Amino acid sequence: MKHLIDENGFYGEFGGAFIPEMLYPNVKELQDNYKEITSSKSFQQEFRKILKEYVGRPTPLYYSKNLSTKYGAKLYLKREDLNHTGAHKINNTIGQIILAQRLGKKRIIAETGAGQHGVATATACALMGMDCTIYMGAIDIERQAPNVKKMKMLGAKVVPATSGSKTLKDATNEAIRAWIQNPVDTHYIIGSVVGPHPYPQMVADFQSVISEEIQIQLATEEGTTKPDYVIACVGGGSNAIGAFYHFIDNNHTKLIAVEAAGLGVSSGKTAASIALGKKGIIHASKTYLMQTNDGQIVEPHSISAGLDYPGIGPVHSYLYDSSKAEFTSVTDQEALDAGMQLARTEGIIPALESSHALAQLEKMNFKSSDVVVVNLSGRGDKDMGTYEKYVK
Amino acid sequence: MNNRITSLFERKKKDILNIYFTAGYPELDDTARILKHISTLDVDLVEIGIPFSDPLADGPTIQNSGSIALENGISLAKIFEQLEGVRETVDTPIILMGYLNSLLQFGEKEFCQRCEEVGVDGLIIPDMPLGYYQKHYETLFKKHGLVNIMLVTPETSEERIREIDAKSEAFIYAVSSNSITGGSVNVNAQVEYYNRLNAMNLTTPHLIGFGVSDRDSFNNVCQYSAGGIIGSAFIKAINQEGALEENVTKFITEIRSKN
Repeated sequence: MKHLIDENGFYGEFGGAFIPEMLYPNVKELQDNYKEITSSKSFQQEFRKILKEYVGRPTPLYYSKNLSTKYGAKLYLKREDLNHTGAHKINNTIGQIILAQRLGKKRIIAETGAGQHGVATATACALMGMDCTIYMGAIDIERQAPNVKKMKMLGAKVVPATSGSKTLKDATNEAIRAWIQNPVDTHYIIGSVVGPHPYPQMVADFQSVISEEIQIQLATEEGTTKPDYVIACVGGGSNAIGAFYHFIDNNHTKLIAVEAAGLGVSSGKTAASIALGKKGIIHASKTYLMQTNDGQIVEPHSISAGLDYPGIGPVHSYLYDSSKAEFTSVTDQEALDAGMQLARTEGIIPALESSHALAQLEKMNFKSSDVVVVNLSGRGDKDMGTYEKYVK
Repeated sequence: MNNRITSLFERKKKDILNIYFTAGYPELDDTARILKHISTLDVDLVEIGIPFSDPLADGPTIQNSGSIALENGISLAKIFEQLEGVRETVDTPIILMGYLNSLLQFGEKEFCQRCEEVGVDGLIIPDMPLGYYQKHYETLFKKHGLVNIMLVTPETSEERIREIDAKSEAFIYAVSSNSITGGSVNVNAQVEYYNRLNAMNLTTPHLIGFGVSDRDSFNNVCQYSAGGIIGSAFIKAINQEGALEENVTKFITEIRSKN
C-alpha cells in the first residue's frame, strides 16, 4: 500500500503535516531520515530479531472451531493479544525506539489513553535504556491505575494532562507541546496511525507485520494468501491498518473496519469518526473527525479507552472515501456481549477494543467457504473492571 | 495595496507593541470592548485569538482563556459579528490568530470574505504550512487584502527563514524560544538567535513573541527587533479584579513607561 501516499504525506486529500513552525525541524528530521533508516538491512535485522525473541512473534493465527461453527465460515483469530505487553502496540514502539536510537535521541515521550501504548513505550525504553516520559489524561490516570503502576515500575515518568477534557486527545496535545520544548534530544513515539506525516505511514509500516504473517500463515492453513474478509476494530486505526496492509491492493479481500459507536452513532456519546463524517484537521493531520459546526473537536465516548478518540488515521479516511474498506460501527453493549462470548466459548478474554471486531461477526452473512480473519488486537486484563460490572 | 499592517511597518521601525487577546474572554462580549479601548492607547497592532478546542501552539494561559471563551459561547461566526462596525472607530491594524480547522469548517472563501468585510488586515495560522499556504491560500488572501504572518523559531534553518522571508509581506513572528506561548524564557540566552536573525538582513521586519511579559522583557526584545508581542501576560492582566478598561490601561501604560 506504499503507493497510496504521496511525497507530502497525503493519502488522497487526507494526511499531511499541519504543524506549527515550532515542530517543523522535528518532523522534517523524521521525514528526511525514517525511510532510509527503517529500510536498511541492519535496522530490519534488529527490528525482526526483537520482534521474534522479545515480543514473541509470529503470533499464532488460531482457527476457532466454535466461532466457525457458529458463524458458518472458516474463522481465524490473529492473536495479537499474545504479544509481550498484551497487544499489537509493541510492534510500533519497538520499531520507533530503534529509529530514535539511530537518530541519536536520548529521551522518549509518548501519549497514552488506556495506558496500553504507554506500557508498550515504557517497556521498549526499559529494554533500550532510554529516558521515558508518558503523557496521560488526568481522568485516564484515575481510570487506568494498573497501567500507570506498570509504567512507573518500568521506569517511566507519568505526567498528567490537565487541559481540556483530560483524556487521550489532551494527552496528545501535551506530548506535542513537550516535543516543541525539547526539539533536539527527544523522539515522540505516537501510538497510532495519526499525527503529522510521516507518523501515519511509519506506524503502518511497523504494524504491517500483522498482515505479513497472516499471509504466510493462511498459505499454510488454507493454501491461499487472500482471505475473504479481514475484520479489525479502529480508533486511530493502527491494528486495523496492520491487519489490512498487505490485502489493500487485492480486490478479493474485503476489509472491514469497526468503529466504536459508544451508546449509538446518533446518541452524542460515540467515537465513530467516519460514521459522523466531517473532514477537518486533528493532531496535524487532515482526516474525518468529530467536531462542531464551528470546528471545535468533540469529546468522544466509547466503553473502550483505546477507541475513545475523536479522529481516525488519515489512511482510513482515504480507504473509506475510495471504498477500499468498509466502515461499520458497534455499540458498547454489542462489544461487551462479544467479549463475554469469546471468554465463554474460547477461553480467551479479549480487550474491549478487539471485542468490537468480534461483535461485527454477528452482522455478517458468510458463505461456508469464506476464510475470515479477525484481528484480536489485545487481551482483556486491563478491562476486567468493566467486564465485571457487566456480569453483575 | 493599502494594508494597515504593511503601512504600520513602513511608518514605524522600532518599539512596535503588538497585543494579543482571546476573543470572547473574559466575557463573551469583551472582544470589541477590549479592541476599542486598546485603540485609544499606545498599542500599534492587535492580534485576536480565535478559540480552538485543541490549540497545539498555545501555553496554559491562552489555552485556558480559550476554553473559557468557548464556554462563554464564542464561535468564529460570533467573532465576525462582534467585529462588525469596529472600523468606524478603530484604526489599529487587526490580526486574527487561529487554527486551520476553524477556517476549514467556516469555509475558506467565506472566512476571507468576512475578514475583509469587518476590516481584518492579517492572519496568523500557525498550523498552516508554508507550502500549503502557497498552494491553497495565497491567491485568496491577496484577493481579500489579507497578509499572512509566519513564524520562525531558534531551530528554523537559515534556508527556511529566507524562504519565509521571501513569502512574508508585513512582518515575521519570531518565536523567542523552543516554547509554547506564555513560557518563561531566559531572554539573554536568546541573544545569539536574535543577532543571527539580524545578521541575515531579511527584507521583512520581525517582531519577537513568546515570553515577552513586562516592560523589561519588552524593551529587551525591542533592542533586537522592530518590537514585541505580548499575549499571556496581557490575558492575566485583564483577568484581575477591577474594571476591564482600567486593567488594560494600567498594563499598557506600565509596558510603555520609560523607567
